Amino acid sequence: MTLSAQGLRFAYDQRMILNDTGFEALQPGQLTALIGPNASGKSTLFRVIAGLLKPTAGAVHLGDLDLATLSTRARLKRVCFMPQFFAANASLTVFDVVMMARKNLAGWKVSAADMDAVGEALHSAGIGHLSEAYISELSGGQAQMVSVAQALIRQADVYLFDEPTSALDLHHQLDVLSRISETIRARGAIGIVALHDLNLAARFADHLILLRQGQVLAQGRPQEVLHRPEIAATYGVDIHITKGPKEDLVVHAYTS
Amino acid sequence: MGAFLMSADTTTPLSAGEIVGAYRRRTARRVLLVLLAALALCTTILIDIITGPADLSFLRTLHVIVDPSVATVKEEVIIWDLRMPVALMAVVVGAMLGVAGAEMQTILNNPLADPFTLGLSSAASFGAALAIVLGFSVIPNVGGLLVTVNAFVLSLFASLALFAFTRLRGVTPEAMILVGIAMLFTFNALLAFLQYGASELQLAQLIFWQLGSLARATWAKVGICVVVLLIVLPYFLSRSWALTALRMGEDKAAALGVNVSLLRLMVLAGVSLLSAVAVSFVGAIAFVGLVGPHIARIIVGEDQRGFLPLSALAGALILSGTSIASKAITPGIVYPIGMITSLIGIPFFVSLILSQRKRHWQ
Repeated sequence: MTLSAQGLRFAYDQRMILNDTGFEALQPGQLTALIGPNASGKSTLFRVIAGLLKPTAGAVHLGDLDLATLSTRARLKRVCFMPQFFAANASLTVFDVVMMARKNLAGWKVSAADMDAVGEALHSAGIGHLSEAYISELSGGQAQMVSVAQALIRQADVYLFDEPTSALDLHHQLDVLSRISETIRARGAIGIVALHDLNLAARFADHLILLRQGQVLAQGRPQEVLHRPEIAATYGVDIHITKGPKEDLVVHAYTS
Repeated sequence: MGAFLMSADTTTPLSAGEIVGAYRRRTARRVLLVLLAALALCTTILIDIITGPADLSFLRTLHVIVDPSVATVKEEVIIWDLRMPVALMAVVVGAMLGVAGAEMQTILNNPLADPFTLGLSSAASFGAALAIVLGFSVIPNVGGLLVTVNAFVLSLFASLALFAFTRLRGVTPEAMILVGIAMLFTFNALLAFLQYGASELQLAQLIFWQLGSLARATWAKVGICVVVLLIVLPYFLSRSWALTALRMGEDKAAALGVNVSLLRLMVLAGVSLLSAVAVSFVGAIAFVGLVGPHIARIIVGEDQRGFLPLSALAGALILSGTSIASKAITPGIVYPIGMITSLIGIPFFVSLILSQRKRHWQ
C-alpha cells in the first residue's frame, strides 16, 4: 500500500498555502523527510493528509483508497499525526498521556495488556524514569520524547511527525529519528517527518520531498534531491555535498 | 518529583514491569482516596442532620432516621422535612458546582474558570432581583417559582452568550475569561440599579438570596438537582478520554480524533445546566466550583476518570462541611452558606497554592 497526493489546494482566508501540491507514491517501510523553509506549507500539508483540514481541490490516496471517503475519526486511526510540539501545562503524568494515546478515546477501562504496552513503550524510549512525573514538570526535550512515544504506541498505516526533533539536543535527535525510522521499517508503515536539518534528513530518510510556497519542487532519493539546484535556490544558500566516514551524505551550506 | 527529574540520566533505566508497578500503585491509591472521600461525605451528611438549632439528642436523631415511625410530629418535621433536605441539597449542589467548575476549567483551559468567575452566578442574581424588586417574570405564569425561574433563565442566557463567543474564530481561552468577567460586572451593575430603587423589605430579601442559602431546600428541589446531575455527569464521564486529551492542547486532541468545538459545545451546555439549576435554587455560592476541582487536581491529577468523580466529591464535601459550620459558629443561628464558603474557601485556597509551590520548588 502506498501513499500519494495529487493537486492539493488549500488557502487560509485569501492566502494560498498549498498550491497544486502532490507527491508520487511513498512506499511502505520507508521514511520520507519533508523539507522546506519556514511557512512553506509543511504543517498544512500534514493536516490535509491527516484529514484535519479539507483541501479545496485534490486528493490523498492510500493504495486505491481515497482518504476523503473516510470519516475524520476513521482516517485518523489509519493516519497517525504528531503535531508540532507545544508545552502542555496539565497535571497528567507521562504514563497517563501515553496511555491516553494507546486507548485512542475508546473504552473506559485500562487492561493489563494496555499497561504492559505503555510500560514497554516508555522503557524502550528511555523515558521510564519520567513515567510518574507530570508533563508540566518536563523539559521541552523530554516532553517532545513523550510526544513521539504517544505517536509510536498507536498502530497506523501512515505516521506524520511535524518537526519531532525541534526541542531535542543532538544525542536525542539521533535517538528519536533512529527510533522512528526503525519503527516505520519494522511495521512496514509509511512515515513522513518534517525536518529543518538537511543533514538529519540525508542521514535518516529514504526519500526526500522539497516543499516551497506550497509546491513540491523536487522529490526522490536524498542523493538525487540534495544535488538539485532547487535546494540551493529554495534556501538561498550555496550547497556542497560530501561523503562522511560511514558513507553517509554530509551537506555543507554557505550563504552566497 | 523534582529530584526524580534531576537524576534522570544517572539512574539505571526502569524496567517495563517497574513502570507498570508504579502506575498500578498510583491507581490503587487513587481509588482508595475516592473511597475515603465518599466515606468522609457520609460522615458529614450524618453530622449535618444531627446538628441544628432545635435541641434533639444525637441518639434520638439517629433513631428517627433509621426508624421514622418512632418520631413525634415535631421531630419528623425537623429531621425529615427541614434537616434532611438541607443536608442532601448541600451534597448535591456541592457536587454540581464541583463538576461544573472542573469541566469549565478543562474546556476553557483556565484554572480560574467556574460558574462564579464567568458571570453565570451574577446573571442568576440579576434574574432573582428582577423578580424580587420589579415582580417581573421572564417566563409568564410561573407562580411561586418566580425567583428560581428568573435566575435559571438569566444564567442560561449568560452561558449562551459565552457559548456564542466561543464560536467566533480565533477566540482564546484567556479572552473567554475576560468575557466572563465583563459579564460579571455588567450584571452586578444592573443589579445595583435594581437595589437602588428597592424597598427595605425587598433589599433584605435580595441580600439574603445573594448570600446563598440552603434554608429553602425541599425534597422536590433535591430531586430536580439529582435528576440534572444524573443526566450530565454520565455524559461527562463517557467523554473522559476526550476531555483528558483536551488538556494536552487542542492540536493533540484533534489529532486523536476529538471534535474539539463539538466537545466544547456539549460540555458547556452541560455545565450551564448544572450551574443554572444549582444557582437558581440556592443563590450565589462562591468558591466551591473553583476550590473543589483544585483539590481533586492536586490529589489525583487530571486524568478525568479520577478527576471528575473526585471534583464532585470534593465539592459535595466542602458544601456539606460548610452547612455544618454555618450552624456551629453561633449556636441557634444558621448563617447563609455563601458567606461561609467565601470565608473558609479563600484561606484554604491560598494555603493549597502555597503548599503546591513548595512541592515544585523542592
